[in-house]
Amino acid sequence: MQGLKHLPLPARLRRRAERQWLIARAINRRRALTPVSDRTDQIRKRDILAFVTQRNERVRLPYFLEYYRNLGVRHFLFVDNASTDGSAEYLKTQTDVSLWRTRASYKQSRFGMDWLGWLLFRYGHNHWCLTVDPDEFLIYPHCDTRPLTALTDWLSDSGHRSFPAMLLDMYPKGNLDDETYREGQNPFEIACWFDPANYSIRKNNYLGNLWVQGGPRTRAFFPYNPQSGPALNKIPLVRWNRRFTYYSSTHMLLPRSLNQVFDEDGGEMASGCLLHAKFLSTFAKKSTEELDRGQHYGNSQEYRAYHAGLQQGVRLWCNESRRFRDWRQLEDLGLISSGNWP
Amino acid sequence: MSVPVNMGVVLLCHENLQMAARIARIWAEGGAKVAIHVDAKSPETEIDQMKTSLSDLPDIRFSRRIRCGWGRFSLIEATQHAASLLLEEFPDCTHVYLASGSCLPLRPISELAAFLALSPDRDYIESVDANEVAWVIGGLNKERFTMYFPFDWRKRRKLFDSCVNLQRRLGIRRRLPRGLTPHLGSQWWCLTARTLRAILDDPRRWEYDRYFRRSWIPDESYFQTLARRHSNRIESRSLTFSRFDHRGRPYRAYDDHIPILEESNCFVARKIWPGATRLLEHFPRPAKPDPDPSPPQPAHIERLIARALSRRVLGRPGLYMQSRFPRKDAENGKTSAPYALFQGLTDIFPDFETWLAEHLSGDVHGHLLGPEKVEFAGRPEIGPGALSCSAEIRDYDTQRFLAALIRVTEKMQIFQFSPRDNQSLNWFMATDPNATLFVVTGAWNLPLLETGMPFDDVRRITAMLQRTEMAQLEILNSVWVKARVQLWEFNDFIARPQAILEKALGQIDPNAKPITSLPPTRDTTGLAEHLQRLRNSGLHPRLTGDQPITKASHILTRNEI
Repeated sequence: MQGLKHLPLPARLRRRAERQWLIARAINRRRALTPVSDRTDQIRKRDILAFVTQRNERVRLPYFLEYYRNLGVRHFLFVDNASTDGSAEYLKTQTDVSLWRTRASYKQSRFGMDWLGWLLFRYGHNHWCLTVDPDEFLIYPHCDTRPLTALTDWLSDSGHRSFPAMLLDMYPKGNLDDETYREGQNPFEIACWFDPANYSIRKNNYLGNLWVQGGPRTRAFFPYNPQSGPALNKIPLVRWNRRFTYYSSTHMLLPRSLNQVFDEDGGEMASGCLLHAKFLSTFAKKSTEELDRGQHYGNSQEYRAYHAGLQQGVRLWCNESRRFRDWRQLEDLGLISSGNWP
Repeated sequence: MSVPVNMGVVLLCHENLQMAARIARIWAEGGAKVAIHVDAKSPETEIDQMKTSLSDLPDIRFSRRIRCGWGRFSLIEATQHAASLLLEEFPDCTHVYLASGSCLPLRPISELAAFLALSPDRDYIESVDANEVAWVIGGLNKERFTMYFPFDWRKRRKLFDSCVNLQRRLGIRRRLPRGLTPHLGSQWWCLTARTLRAILDDPRRWEYDRYFRRSWIPDESYFQTLARRHSNRIESRSLTFSRFDHRGRPYRAYDDHIPILEESNCFVARKIWPGATRLLEHFPRPAKPDPDPSPPQPAHIERLIARALSRRVLGRPGLYMQSRFPRKDAENGKTSAPYALFQGLTDIFPDFETWLAEHLSGDVHGHLLGPEKVEFAGRPEIGPGALSCSAEIRDYDTQRFLAALIRVTEKMQIFQFSPRDNQSLNWFMATDPNATLFVVTGAWNLPLLETGMPFDDVRRITAMLQRTEMAQLEILNSVWVKARVQLWEFNDFIARPQAILEKALGQIDPNAKPITSLPPTRDTTGLAEHLQRLRNSGLHPRLTGDQPITKASHILTRNEI
């Protein structure tokens, strides 16, 4: 662990000002959220909470909720961004879900982070909080035998406040629309392939986090400007404190000590993966829709590239793709590590 | 089996009293007498609950409650009270086991008793001479005995630290009570009643207590030190299995550890994650009609822990990932396996790559770092590990590219190189013991002969490539080189290529096929004239070997040719 103390005072003050600005902004945006069903009185001390923004993800939600309930998430806090497919109604009927609704712009709320920032501030204090999208599924060492509380207990005991989980893009073997995703189905029955070893890493000195890029999206859609490829580093699991804030999506946080989830002396710290079930039969429709809305990061250039790629029939699968088996396979490949948690 | 063993247990409980009650029941039902100490900080209601739930067991006593602070003498006091109570109430106890409310017996208590009966006068207490061995991981070792510790570490961390620093600076040293040699060890022990009585009834006990009252973590030194005074049958090991990591935090057991714990044959284990319900139900194993007295054999689980620890501290060589990103020169292996690089050979033999692939068993690539694209063996669009052949993606993070390629493939990686390629890995490869670099300098002149470009352009390119290769040679000749480097000047190499290649291939792969023929050589006619023309134009060609080259020639002597 190094860094914090060596920063000169002005640099620290600057980061602090930025952090306070982001928190103030999130608090200010709370008015954009209308509670639809507020069950937050069910939250007990030590419960693990999940914070999610969603828009028109009805078909994915049942499996998503089931997956995280099984891991041990006790309460879900959803922000629904003007869905039209009945997903809000579905969420309303779930007894462990609190739902807020907003019609405000996704882009102008820092891609939903202001909304979640407020909910984290209000309900996440002193809880282990998982901030994910409906297409992200957490895999961590021993996740087949130990619940999420085992991990969070161990992290607390070892003095860690955050847990990294890199985004691992999963894709099917054939075309995206070859097999239709059914509601409630495990998406990784269809999209079970991933790229084993083509990730680039650099360090962001401003916040002290790592910047991981690469994977199938970079190789298929950004072969000539890899720097525009999507960032894959994420820190979705944090023992939250009111003073914390996500800086950009869930890629990094302030204060920057929370980004110190990697060892620089050669050792390995524990880490997991977020399996990314973006590339399913639902993707084509979604990407057209998102392109029309223009609400995504960097002028939606990612979606532009996907759309162009899809028109040309780009396939993500290649001979070197690996079929997903379990967390041990990911650990052997060096995508995740159990660190000091045997 | 001469003397019958009567087990007594001192149980220290401070949290999760429900589980502690379960553990106490296991001990008592296994035939042991139990004295329980409950931390005075625990809520009254929980203690009452615990007492009522254990009220059906006759052999359980509760000792006077003391407020315990972690790492303080109060823990010893609690143990002393409970132990005295136990020995008073059950004078026929022959052995006393110190355990906590979260130590889980893995084997039936009868087996522990049978094991103790094998040599009934032995004291099982880990006791290591503090002067000679650094037993403590991640904390104070000898200084525990020579300093004063008036402040609580958990509550007053800053005061604690500055107090230690102040004493270090002032050179304050406490004197140990006469006749004691400081010993350290695991706080969980099993002493014979005789030794324990001797410790508790020692006429100088007040003197020792006064000393240990101000020492640091006495639960790992008080009994360990005093046992040495009163017993000469010490077996220095703890019967409670518990291990700490490099920061001094205990490892925990989970449901998936059931088989490995069972196999370890340990009597008692700690720490168990409270949520590991299956494990807590599985252990202790039911008692067998005739108890098995075999000793613990924790080798397997020790290995598991050692592996986790080495992963945490050293990491896997050549791995760069989201939670391992070693700074330069702290990598513990820049790459994960040996690899080799041939520089200049494709310029001399256009077909070199195919020829080499026939002779070596590894994966022979083209110019992996080439300017246009990544030339994987067979030239696929997507190479091993789904690495893209795009030069832009590779150049975005060259180091990760090479490390990932070497890590994800099974065979040895062999590739071509030239001054035209991306040079950003030169330092990385030169300082990597896994690398074998085989360099023929100045060979890049040959393809320039055939280009038919205007002379001015050729001259400019020559100057550029020569500058690049000179910079590279400076790296390869530095004192920091860890790779196996072989440098040949073009002229020396072309004089007897077969012998040199044979030697090089033998170094890379002992099972390399013997060389029977060389691939067709590029036409060298006109090279001398070309070089002279360059010289005439004011450019001094330095790497082909026409001129004596100081830097490369001492390498020649090193290579003994």
